[in-house]
Amino acid sequence: MIISLSLVYYLTGILLAGVAYLAFIDRSNPKRYLTSLFWGLYAASFLFDKIIPPMYMGILAIAMAVIAGIGGVRTGSYDQAGDEFRAARARLLGNKLFWPALLIPLITVIGTVGLKDVTIGGLALLDKSNVTLVSLGVACVFAVLLAMAQTKETAVNSVKESRRLLDSIGWAAVLPQMLATLGGLFAIAGVGQTVATLVSSAIPIDNRFAVVAAYALGMALFTMIMGNAFAAFPVMTAGIGLPLIVNLHGGNPAVLAAIGMFSGYCGTLMTPMAANFNIVPAALLDLPDKNGVIKVQIPTALILLTVNVFLMYFLVFAFK
Amino acid sequence: MLTLIGVVIVIVGFALRFNPLLVVVVAGIATGFAGNVPFEKILVTFGDAFARNRYLALFILTLPVIGLLERNGLKEQSQNLIKKIEAATAGRIMILYLFIREAAAALGLTSLGGHAQMVRPLVAPMAEGAAENKHGKLPEETRNKIKAFAASADNVGVFFGEDIFIAFGAILLMKGFFEQNGIILEPLQIAVWGIPTAIAAFIIHATRLYLLDRTIKHEVEMAGRRQETSVS
Repeated sequence: MIISLSLVYYLTGILLAGVAYLAFIDRSNPKRYLTSLFWGLYAASFLFDKIIPPMYMGILAIAMAVIAGIGGVRTGSYDQAGDEFRAARARLLGNKLFWPALLIPLITVIGTVGLKDVTIGGLALLDKSNVTLVSLGVACVFAVLLAMAQTKETAVNSVKESRRLLDSIGWAAVLPQMLATLGGLFAIAGVGQTVATLVSSAIPIDNRFAVVAAYALGMALFTMIMGNAFAAFPVMTAGIGLPLIVNLHGGNPAVLAAIGMFSGYCGTLMTPMAANFNIVPAALLDLPDKNGVIKVQIPTALILLTVNVFLMYFLVFAFK
Repeated sequence: MLTLIGVVIVIVGFALRFNPLLVVVVAGIATGFAGNVPFEKILVTFGDAFARNRYLALFILTLPVIGLLERNGLKEQSQNLIKKIEAATAGRIMILYLFIREAAAALGLTSLGGHAQMVRPLVAPMAEGAAENKHGKLPEETRNKIKAFAASADNVGVFFGEDIFIAFGAILLMKGFFEQNGIILEPLQIAVWGIPTAIAAFIIHATRLYLLDRTIKHEVEMAGRRQETSVS
């Protein structure tokens, strides 16, 4: 393929290396060496993944967690544009400012839907197994070029601005990845089976409603623990859904699957473990409370989870 | 049972507000030990999963674009634009975004949106701008609530829209799971049964966004009254 996911990772690594360098020379940050080391290690994980053996990559990840844990990731100073400057620029540039922002989703969609089978000289243009991610990378390159042309800003400024945004997110930027590693260890150690055994031993299996409720609530709960409904689905469905609802009570597996997965998503809305959906956005939006997004989602999630239990109860046995 | 120690560490660690990265690493190592995984294998698992899940960090590539645009007044322009639309309220803007996000995801266009690409630069400032336009200066607490709701609209929309799309990974995961257990399902069968929940999710969240407009009005009035009393 011509544009691969590795290429997109290298681009991310170069950007992060720029951020690490700027952190290094920022004397206003009292922990500038540790902050720079944190982003530098992160950059290395994108740039040198083919050279670093998995065990050392693990040590790198743990080192990053330790730096964050001792408060080594701090913000610095950014030579920010003032309110008046921004207002004047907005008057000058007007709605042109939206184009680069909208170009990102637009090119990503075009790449994902339209260019996924395009080949040039026998080589696939985009990496087919990761077409959305690669399209996103390409979209960002075009968008930043357009933004630079429109605003007459330099590439250096775009890295500086990236650092301002990334520092406001801080260590939370790495949390989704770290949680994914935890999910991997949970799977190896058999946490899922233990949970499924516990739940199925606690419910009266002859009662259809109890079984349905246990499955839907179990999906939500286990998703909250794992931070990911995909990890919860095979465990809960093998432990409760398939043996009790489908085999014992004759429920419809398609209904079970669809509503079961959505019950898991209700859990995703309520857990800090789903950091990329809940914690990173809170940081991106400068919310003082890292759980601010979760708090507004809990009512929707609980109402919808209740709706799911009843939907499944009425639909799963009605349609064979 | 001992393997659940990682879950306990995560819950306690998050509750006591230790740094989450550190909590997760400690929980991972403890779970590995409890499950009799050798230390070297734990490190390799960390490294493998960390590298394999780097795609979760690709939002970083949008930051140069969003940063440059913000420096040049993107948020200000979003608010200027929204001030020209008389009917715009914070709730209505976010209901519209929720609808577009969910409908697009149901058609497989999950990349049409996102927190870094759409919520921070466009949706949140527009919702804030509309609320400011209607009610005047917003208390900090209200402003944060609007931002949090903007993020929630993105999540609810994409979660409950994407499973309707038959080629989505979750649908294929479910199909694969049942196939391994000797039950053959068509992706379309699963997708169809997601529709009632998808509709319910939209109705519930849209209702809450609709009610949010009243909450905003109420909170702004309360803040105004507090200020008056403190002045007199």
